[in-house]
Amino acid sequence: MENIDFSLVDWSRAQFALTAMYHWIFVPLTLGLSFIIAIMESIYVKTGNPEWKRITKFWMTLFGINFAIGVATGIILEFEFGTNWSNYSWFVGDIFGAPLAIEGIMAFFMESTFIAIMFFGWNKVSKKTHALSTWLVAIGSNLSALWILAANGWMQHPAGMEFNPDTARNEMVDFWSILFSPVAINKFLHTVTSGYVLASIFVIGISSWYILKKKDVIFGKRSIVVASVFGILASIYLIGTGDGSAKAVAKYQPMKLAAMEGLYEGTTNAPLVGFGVLKNAGDTNNPEKLDFLFSIPIPGALSYLAFGDFDAFVPGINDLVEGNPEQGIISYKEKIEKGKIAIDALRDYKNEKKAGNTEVAETHLKTFKENFAYFGYGYYFGRSTNELIPPIELSFYAFHIMVALGTYFLFFFIVMLYFTLKNKIQDKKFILRIAIWTVPLAYIAQEAGWVVAEVGRQPWVIQDLMPTIAAVSHIDASNVMITFFLFLAVFTALLIAEIKILLNQIKKGPETLTEKTTKE
Amino acid sequence: MFENLSLLSLQQYWWIIISVLGALLVFLLFVQGGQTMIYRLGKTETERKMIVNSLGRKWEFTFTTLVTFGGAFFASFPLFYSTSFGGAYWVWMAILFAFIVQAVSYEYRTKASNFLGQKVYEAFLIFNGFAATILLGAAVSTFFTGSMFSVDKMNLVDLTSGRMPIISSWETPFYGLEAIWTIEHLAFIQNIALGLSIFFLARLTANLYFINNINDDNIYKRSKDCLLRNTVAFLIFFLFWLIRLLFIDGFAVNPETKEVYLENYKYLNNFLEMPIVLVIFLIGVVLVLFGIFKTLFQKAKNGIWFTGIGIVLVVLGLFFIAGFNNTSYYPSTFNLQHSLTIENSSSSHFTLTAMSYVSLMVPFVLAYIFFAWKAMDKKMIDKEEVENDSHMY
Ligand code: HDD
Ligand code: HEM
Ligand code: HEM
Repeated sequence: MENIDFSLVDWSRAQFALTAMYHWIFVPLTLGLSFIIAIMESIYVKTGNPEWKRITKFWMTLFGINFAIGVATGIILEFEFGTNWSNYSWFVGDIFGAPLAIEGIMAFFMESTFIAIMFFGWNKVSKKTHALSTWLVAIGSNLSALWILAANGWMQHPAGMEFNPDTARNEMVDFWSILFSPVAINKFLHTVTSGYVLASIFVIGISSWYILKKKDVIFGKRSIVVASVFGILASIYLIGTGDGSAKAVAKYQPMKLAAMEGLYEGTTNAPLVGFGVLKNAGDTNNPEKLDFLFSIPIPGALSYLAFGDFDAFVPGINDLVEGNPEQGIISYKEKIEKGKIAIDALRDYKNEKKAGNTEVAETHLKTFKENFAYFGYGYYFGRSTNELIPPIELSFYAFHIMVALGTYFLFFFIVMLYFTLKNKIQDKKFILRIAIWTVPLAYIAQEAGWVVAEVGRQPWVIQDLMPTIAAVSHIDASNVMITFFLFLAVFTALLIAEIKILLNQIKKGPETLTEKTTKE
Repeated sequence: MFENLSLLSLQQYWWIIISVLGALLVFLLFVQGGQTMIYRLGKTETERKMIVNSLGRKWEFTFTTLVTFGGAFFASFPLFYSTSFGGAYWVWMAILFAFIVQAVSYEYRTKASNFLGQKVYEAFLIFNGFAATILLGAAVSTFFTGSMFSVDKMNLVDLTSGRMPIISSWETPFYGLEAIWTIEHLAFIQNIALGLSIFFLARLTANLYFINNINDDNIYKRSKDCLLRNTVAFLIFFLFWLIRLLFIDGFAVNPETKEVYLENYKYLNNFLEMPIVLVIFLIGVVLVLFGIFKTLFQKAKNGIWFTGIGIVLVVLGLFFIAGFNNTSYYPSTFNLQHSLTIENSSSSHFTLTAMSYVSLMVPFVLAYIFFAWKAMDKKMIDKEEVENDSHMY
């Protein structure tokens, strides 16, 4: 392919990455905090203790501040599929549009209706109805995650569809296998639990600050107990589903796995790099083999993580690019050739069909079908196979940061719960400080997780089917560059506003809510 | 049940759903209309607080309806989604920016240390009120006046052509903004006229809404005042747009050959050939006027319901003449044969069927929204409430 406007592709990627990463600053907190609030409010309804109402209302205020900006960034993402990935939207709109529409109908309306009751309905509906509304907000936001993550899972591992050569589009043939594909399920479970973990850390961090300042100590301790129990359960589940995600990646996206581990030469009994620093920062266009400056390998662990068997063969980047006949892996060069055959056959099929030569058309169609599995590779005809390797360093570090932090968080929750239950937490200044600093770490783990998933998929938008170069909208790159900076400016200004408001609200603390709440 | 329908029936069913969502959206734009009058109707801080809080409990609905409208269009007519959004880039981007700043403004407006200051968030709300209504109106008007784009599916499979493998392209360097200065067939006048109609419509609906929702004499009086003016302005622009619409050439599709051609009085013919649509449209017009009349001359407070239902019916009528009766709903003036119709831009039979099952949930959703709001709006907003409640914008 000549005439690919790479600056257009890159600006579009940058813009999408920017908006998605901003969206993801706010969403995980919504996913988790909504449940934590619902639990707290249920305790209030059960016990009738106004202190719990005060706690609930305090966290609810923070929830509202965070929610508004999550919504603002979300709408951009939805429309960006059209504005910046228009070819993609058309090519797979049949499959991909459906979850987005269902999300709107099923989840967003539920969220926005009951959020109004949650915030404004304290004196207008009964206690029970109010608590129910709070639960419905939590369920609604988690449902929205389900649909969007099913859509994303499908991009990682397209299933449940068939290519229709006459419309030249992918069409859905099995709704349930899209929703219940193993990738989608794992993705959903892992991602929402990561939100629960983040929200727990958020609550613990802020409560710790109160305890340190000797303000609202009881409030702080109560919040920590709820959040750390929730956090421990979520963490265990998070690690389990993370393992499930890794297995899914190994099965359906071997190149991503190799990039995550910086693995060049495949082996059996492959080691997992527990900790490592890469040497020879190669760029994708000229990947000199990366090596480790320093690393702590855990023998066999990668084979086990990926396939549940210490002796399993894990292919490396070189095996995938150059092929490894022993392991039945065909080379990228061959895949590109097959892909090109598929694309050309589709063109010839359409031309012949238009001309009325049905029989000739059928033979082209047959060729097309035989090579369809590699369709997307055809767009790389005449280009270097190195372009098909995702950024290795980014994938590697992002993955290792996420896993290390995930393990740490579990210990963190246990320690917090232990000292709070022993009623010693107020004396552990050091731990309280660590708790505050763990909050930003949770956000880092979140963003790192998405970098693994999305950057590791490059250069595909839809694995093996559609590369980013064939997915963009046909607009002048300068336009996308301008909107990129506009988004950057607007989102950053709003983020600053959000953080300032949050900090101010936290400083004021739950105290300020007292008179008004007790008056009711 | 849906799987036995023909592809064409499903396409028509989905065009109806899109129309319903579009119609609800136009009605719900009263939030935007209200935002443009925060200062016109609220002279004191407390009055403005009542106005903002009254709107602030509804803005999510407008927003969510827009999101769902987008999602439903994506799922049912993806070729429209890719062609229009990826082409009329600047129009949609401007609309998006208007909505980003709206989403935070209610929540952040009066919060302490909100970085930008209360005035800026109010400016955001006002900007959103102008931009969203006028731009959405102008964008919908291009359903009748056409746009400069091309669609060539062979681009995807012809790797030797030297083009990017992308099927839809906008053929002007202004990416949609040209809708407000295209002189051919005076399209710009038409597009701007609908934009302004929607703007004044949103404002007059907002007046009705405040009369229904806020218990305050000053706001009531000023709303009534404004209502008359907004109604006159709306009627001028809308009648101008409508009458021209009935006389311009429309984008017709030959049902046999699928060829697109210009037909004289196409939209007038569509009304005449689909009398049910004409009846829906006319009932809508009568209801819109009736709600306003009742409010202005009979001191009614429930005018919003009549006008609101009227708006939904009128917009439905317009969407129906845009898409049904062998009409192209998104015409290309660059190449007539690239125009989009509900037949050539839709999803597959399977997707439309699956989505149709999902659409059965819509009445359920509408029902819980209705009951939730009945509980919440039992008592009108008043001074006391905005000054005492703990969660206020
Ligand atoms: C608090 C955040 C957090 C933490 C501590 C972890 N994860 Fe994670 N991870 C995510 C947050 C996250 C995420 C942001 O939710 C991602 C991004 C995309 C996705 O599906 O979930 C993700 C993706 C993701 C992927 C890529 C999925 C894909 O490419 O589709 C893998 C393989 C793992 N995770 C594995 C793990 C393992 C083995 C962990 C061990 C403790 C772990 N994660 C902890
Ligand atoms: C909200 C959390 C998410 C984050 C933080 C995120 C992050 C990113 C990043 C960093 C990129 C750029 C990758 C690159 O070009 O190197 C990207 C691309 C993309 N992502 Fe996501 N993503 C998220 C969720 C999703 C979901 C749920 C979907 C689909 C339903 C999605 C669809 C896409 C698409 C279409 C692209 C552009 C094409 C590409 O570059 O591959 N993303 N995302
Ligand atoms: C790239 C793909 C994505 C798109 C197109 C998208 C779209 C949207 C839209 C349009 C909204 C505003 C909804 C409203 O009107 O209330 C929103 C909010 C939300 N989204 Fe996303 N979203 C994406 C990624 C994600 C992911 C990956 C998750 C969760 C796993 C998620 C969860 C949520 C939640 C919980 C909200 C509620 C508001 C908040 O963020 O606090 N979204 N999203």
